[in-house]
Amino acid sequence: MTYSKRSDGRKFDELREMEAKVGVIKRADGSAMFKIGKTTAYCAVYGPRNLYPKFLQNPLKGTLRVNYSMMPFSGSGNRVKPGPNRRAREISLVIEKAITPVLDLGEFPNSVIDIFIELPQTDAGTRCAGICAASMALADAGLAMTDLVAAVSVGRVDDKVVVDLCYDEEAYPDGPVADVPIAMLPNSGKISLLQMDGEISNEQLVKALKMGEVACKQIYEVQKAALKDKYKSTGDED
Amino acid sequence: MGEIIVKEKDVVVPGEVIAKGMDFLPGMGTTRQGDNILAARIGLVNIDGRAIRLIPLSGQYLPRTGDTIIANVVDVNFSGWRVETNSAYSAMLNVKDATSDFVAKGADLTQYFDVGDYLVGKIVNVTTQMLIDISLRGPGLRKLGEGRILKVASSKVPRIIGKKGSMVSMIKQATDTKIIVGQNGVIWISGEDPKGELIAVNTIKKIEEEAHIPGLTDRIKSHLEQITGRQLQLQETPEGMSHNEG
Repeated sequence: MTYSKRSDGRKFDELREMEAKVGVIKRADGSAMFKIGKTTAYCAVYGPRNLYPKFLQNPLKGTLRVNYSMMPFSGSGNRVKPGPNRRAREISLVIEKAITPVLDLGEFPNSVIDIFIELPQTDAGTRCAGICAASMALADAGLAMTDLVAAVSVGRVDDKVVVDLCYDEEAYPDGPVADVPIAMLPNSGKISLLQMDGEISNEQLVKALKMGEVACKQIYEVQKAALKDKYKSTGDED
Repeated sequence: MGEIIVKEKDVVVPGEVIAKGMDFLPGMGTTRQGDNILAARIGLVNIDGRAIRLIPLSGQYLPRTGDTIIANVVDVNFSGWRVETNSAYSAMLNVKDATSDFVAKGADLTQYFDVGDYLVGKIVNVTTQMLIDISLRGPGLRKLGEGRILKVASSKVPRIIGKKGSMVSMIKQATDTKIIVGQNGVIWISGEDPKGELIAVNTIKKIEEEAHIPGLTDRIKSHLEQITGRQLQLQETPEGMSHNEG
């Protein structure tokens, strides 16, 4: 049996429809929304600000804290138990590791930058959507960064290599599936997140990563456009 | 041969290539990577001869030596006061930088500044660990009396001050208030008439909101003239004087 047609009718290398907006949370220092298909991520960035308790402070560089959370109603009908759990803690950690390479934290010793990612609606690829939103929100907060971060999940469904898996594909019942979320620094092409769940052959993985690189460039254009859109009417007076 | 990829006043995002080749120099907010100059944050491109720098559009205040800021006293120590700077770091004001009086050992320092007082001071030193020293020695630096405190984004402060202090002096003139603008985005407003203070507060909020729309000075001028019914003139602060004085 082969996987001949994707469940939502996309091409195998086609991303879901994307939407991005910057500055959605006014009280935050930086914020962004990133939507890919039915997965929506909101992100708020606060800081650099004071870090307490004091023993958490690092005198050499600033601290980055990421909080990833799926909202109770975000899944496909079953209530997601709110609050931190093992999965959310792990994803928070990998997002933190994926974003750290672009941030220059040396400027803010002893302080903290807090990132909050909330997902009101999910259909697979939440950590990737979270990373995309977080990198835009950090840029919006005016922090020194070397690049943005774009992220997407690639993988295989049965015999096909696909980009941006939705939940139906992740849970494909009639064959093996591999889900490989990647995060990439689009300008340098470096990878800052690479995880895998499932089984995939060597050739398929290489092919998937190549497709992911192209997809990340497309996502980057969406992020860039959203950031510029917020400030587009900016003209300096003097 | 070098070339500039973007135009003057274009918005660039982190990692975007601004210029290629070694003919240009990376200034504030930019970095060189190989032959290219990249944006290191979100900002407006400003090309000045060979130097390329970014004008920040957002971001928290980061204390720098030489900045005049408005700070809030949060603690009193043996040797001075700890003040909040509207950033991630607090600053230290030593007795010897605060007053020329003789202060005996163990004297009660709250007679000079108490917790909750606001002051306008100058940052004299910032270490790599962001330990900050602030001083009140200099013209116009003092403890602040009655007035209103207003906080704005520190990236908008240059717009509120205007060219050579023209914007802030126009608001002072229109509303009969004293206004001190700190680089850290804290503004102190004091006037005889609360109505004038209120007009000043609303005008500053309007500037903050509309800072990016061209024609700001003229718009604010007609806005103030309409509210107060006075004819206003643009005044520039004389050389060597701070817009916070007078």
